[in-house]
Amino acid sequence: MTATALAPARAVTRPPAGGWALQDTAAMIGRSLRRSLRTPDTLIMGIALPVILMLLFVYVFGGAIQTGQAAYVDYVVPGIVLLCAGYGAATTAVSVASDMTGGLMNRFRTLPVRPVAALTGHVVESVVRNAVSTALVVGVAYLAGFRPTAGAGGWLAVAGLVLLYVLALTWTAVCIGMVSSGPEAANGFTFAIMFLPYVSSAFVPPESMPRVLEWIATYQPVTPVTDTVRAWLIGAPGGQPLVALAWCAGLLVVARLTAAWLFRRRATR
Amino acid sequence: MDTPMIETRALRKAFGSTTVLTGVDLAVPQGQVLALLGPNGAGKTTTVEILSTLLRPDGGTAAVAGHDVVREPDRVREAISLTGQYAAVDELLTGRENLRLMARLAHLPRSAGRTRGDDLLGLFDLEGAADRLVRTYSGGMRRRLDLAVGLLTRPAVLFLDEPTTGLDPRSRSDLWAVIRDVVGQGATVLLTTQYLDEADALADRVAVLDHGRVIAQGTAAELKRQVGAAHVELQLADGRTERVATDASVPDVRRILADVELRRLPVESWRVAVPTLDDVFLTLTGRPADAAPAADAPAADAADLLAREAS
Repeated sequence: MTATALAPARAVTRPPAGGWALQDTAAMIGRSLRRSLRTPDTLIMGIALPVILMLLFVYVFGGAIQTGQAAYVDYVVPGIVLLCAGYGAATTAVSVASDMTGGLMNRFRTLPVRPVAALTGHVVESVVRNAVSTALVVGVAYLAGFRPTAGAGGWLAVAGLVLLYVLALTWTAVCIGMVSSGPEAANGFTFAIMFLPYVSSAFVPPESMPRVLEWIATYQPVTPVTDTVRAWLIGAPGGQPLVALAWCAGLLVVARLTAAWLFRRRATR
Repeated sequence: MDTPMIETRALRKAFGSTTVLTGVDLAVPQGQVLALLGPNGAGKTTTVEILSTLLRPDGGTAAVAGHDVVREPDRVREAISLTGQYAAVDELLTGRENLRLMARLAHLPRSAGRTRGDDLLGLFDLEGAADRLVRTYSGGMRRRLDLAVGLLTRPAVLFLDEPTTGLDPRSRSDLWAVIRDVVGQGATVLLTTQYLDEADALADRVAVLDHGRVIAQGTAAELKRQVGAAHVELQLADGRTERVATDASVPDVRRILADVELRRLPVESWRVAVPTLDDVFLTLTGRPADAAPAADAPAADAADLLAREAS
């Protein structure tokens, strides 16, 4: 053992322009992406499940579902994309919960780093993972006969709205991960997020549901987002872009602030 | 006189209605190792968490490397490293990746961070496992990696919260060797432990913590003297070991041995044992504070033992 190797003399590095925040966040994103690739079972499940669900809806249930509009595949793809965002968010809740319960978050907190960067790392990983699975769903949907009419502008708008939706759900999942007692509990809590699309206009028109469910489906956030994506992609009626944007942006702001608050609360017990 | 590297004054902390620290005073000079000794729930981890900026104290002050932990947490964080009870490493990264990530987060220059990480892998005998996921590591390897991560920045102050709890004896002595090396190079260390031999082996001074306050402080030798009493240790034929307190004087030992003979205890061997830190610990925390001192204890203990043996 060499004396210099452990000599207690701290190496001083000057901060880059704009401070450390960017570099710290980049390091955390790298960490989360690596973790994602190291759990291929979760990754494959997260990417394949939406595709399987879509095929299930299109080829198994689709024949029996009357949407009163275009081909069912055109109707259901927006719903599947949003459903897959829910699954993606659930994974984030589990990652955050395991960071919180292990000693790792405490280590981050004793570093001269804003530990919120760790959360940002998980969120960006979720966005990347969702982008991959969404692209895959759309690609497979195309093979299954999905023929959107949107132009470049429409696609861009859809991408923007879905990104906002994914961010809102993921930050909500971060909050769930932080208040959960552990990864298993976090996984359980996310059930609600994953269930939401089923009681919406994602798979069947709300008008076909019993009164109470129809009411829930009409006024919960997944419906306006789905309807808007559908309107932009296939020109279906019923798009409510402002309502959809308001829901996503509102949820994102609330979840982001709550996450920061929860984090501070833990830091100042 | 130099300012201590770690200093707490009347440190208090409660979680809801549960008081954890009732006024802890500690001072560790530069380059020294203080062992904070105490049973589960004594407040060891809470003290470390306050000193490492993870918790806010309710009252009193705490300073590390001359910086108040509440007012200047960032300055404190630059000077410390914490190795907790749970290995704070990422299970899904390799050992090397863990070191690189933490080096980046500690803002070491990239090449220096890499070199240092690789050096530490060598020092901690983890080179062979460096590119395996931490998930596949043994408990001892995780702790070594955890400590290696803590040493990346060459911290001036090291907090080791029960560093060897749950390790097998071999990993434990490996870790001790590493800690001794670090200490030998001038780091100031606060170590918490439930193991007296650990405090004895590693620490310059020992503070015994019980119910949130320091009930004794000094070198291991001083604490042992404080307890005073020696024991007659009886190795019984059925494999049990019984200890009878004694003042180690010839008449007292003779009296105990006479009792043993009288009761025809199946003693295989015996010896007079000088106090260990275990005895200190038991004396200070295992009995009520107002328990009878050593003077009456030998007779009572001997009588108890002999009575039990006779029945």
